[in-house]
Amino acid sequence: MASSRNFIALKSILNKEIQRFMRIWIQTLVPPAITISLYFVIFGSLIGSRIGEMGGFDYMSFIVPGLIMMSVITNSYSNVASSFFSAKWQRNVEEMLVAPVPNWVIVAGYVGGGMARGMLVGGIVTIVAMFFVDIQIHNIWVIITTVALTSATFALGGLINAIFAGSFDDISIIPTFILTPLTYLGGVFYSISLLPEFWQGVSQINPIVYMVNAFRYGFLGISDVSLTLSFAVLGVFIVSLYTIAMVLITKGIGLRS
Amino acid sequence: MLPALKISGLTKTYKGGFQALKGIDLTVQQGDFFALLGPNGAGKSTTIGIITSLVNKTAGSVAVFGHDIDQELEAAKSFIGLVPQEFNFNQFEPLMKILVNQAGYYGVERKLAVERAEKYLKQLDLWEKRNDAARMLSGGMKRRLMIARALMHEPKMLILDEPTAGVDIELRRSMWGFLRELNQQGITIILTTHYLEEAEMLCRNIAIIDSGIIVENTDMKSLLAKLDVETFVFDLKPNSAPKALDNLSSRVIDDHTLEVDVNKSQTINAIFIELNKQGLEVLSMRNKSNRLEELFVSLVGSGQASVDSAVKE
Repeated sequence: MASSRNFIALKSILNKEIQRFMRIWIQTLVPPAITISLYFVIFGSLIGSRIGEMGGFDYMSFIVPGLIMMSVITNSYSNVASSFFSAKWQRNVEEMLVAPVPNWVIVAGYVGGGMARGMLVGGIVTIVAMFFVDIQIHNIWVIITTVALTSATFALGGLINAIFAGSFDDISIIPTFILTPLTYLGGVFYSISLLPEFWQGVSQINPIVYMVNAFRYGFLGISDVSLTLSFAVLGVFIVSLYTIAMVLITKGIGLRS
Repeated sequence: MLPALKISGLTKTYKGGFQALKGIDLTVQQGDFFALLGPNGAGKSTTIGIITSLVNKTAGSVAVFGHDIDQELEAAKSFIGLVPQEFNFNQFEPLMKILVNQAGYYGVERKLAVERAEKYLKQLDLWEKRNDAARMLSGGMKRRLMIARALMHEPKMLILDEPTAGVDIELRRSMWGFLRELNQQGITIILTTHYLEEAEMLCRNIAIIDSGIIVENTDMKSLLAKLDVETFVFDLKPNSAPKALDNLSSRVIDDHTLEVDVNKSQTINAIFIELNKQGLEVLSMRNKSNRLEELFVSLVGSGQASVDSAVKE
């Protein structure tokens, strides 16, 4: 009885979240496709042709996985951050809080919505990339697992951000000042093996390095870090962020007075 | 029979030290139509917030149909339908989606949810707007939408926090009729309102809360019996030039209108005796309360006159 009720509740939250980003597709799905096309044109075709090979592949092929992952990270994070904060701001989050919806269902529903957008945008960007480069696939399961775990990680991050946020400014601070720098320094455009030893060490505390490299391994079969370590990092992040999100919602931080 | 709601020793102290509730006890029986009245900031919304788990309590206990919110929160929640004071739906979603999603949070299958949404949207005169975004609705429509939303899981107890605030008289009366029907179907209703007439007309039992304390908790008849003053308005012949009446609390409104407060211990005859002493001739007499409301509803409801003409009257 309770499991069936929870399943319907989860489906309702997921549907609502997916319908939300599909309804405003011009804001949610088109911009990543345009941005990534520009990256391909500028960094791939114009500058990339002068860079030559990286990791044994032409530069365009090398940056494709990183650019897809960059879109997945940004979109899964911002989807949950803006949707949950908007629900808080309009107070329609109360629709769920007064209902017999367990907290894990609320977390799973919003994270599922973020993952759906992240992966859909990832798919769109992959299709755009196919106009610029022949996409290779080394291991499809590594690709699917990495993209699913990464989008879940950042969707959870977006949820925590939204729980603490008191204004719309607060949900843009972390993407601007933390996510973007970490992504650009996370080996999207270069192999970290090119960096001086000290900076290679510093890069290894950047979790996005592990996500980008695992994803690149799925496409090209090359990685700067071990695949096992990448999945372990993702696992630790998911468990930690999920625990934090559950504690915050259970205590009603930012939700109940 | 278990009470629909049992509150014991409920206290709430907000961050900063403000004590909104100071240990209230309250019992609402199943099937009751219960009024929770009080001035602004008295603790009504805090009480409702705690019952519906939107506010964390400081101490005390709350049980809904025997389910304690500390031990069986989800079971307790499933009995309650909430119509909050503020609009709290997604303004960009169509009405139908708002209702179907809300039913989904309570585990209602989509097919059944769509049927119920249709039923309540029609009953509350919102069916034509079902595909419009909620932000397009008028204030009264938004209030009705929140009632429909609260009913989607067919709760056994409906809590309405000032549901008719800012709603015009005609609509308010139609909402009263709808709420009465729900109560007759067996739904326990708890209502907070600033309109005393609303509470008087609808509710059987009443609690009055002030500064976080229940200062009165009784049935409506007993409370009304405590009212010991009634005001009557006397329309006199033009240019009567009345004076205040001896031995009675009265006010001269103009040269042909007099208002008189009558105590329970006094008879209306006493007024006429005083009027006769002054040689005043009475054309008509009426109870002062709700005169304009009655006039407005009769004119607008019958379609005989416009709102403007009603107000001019």
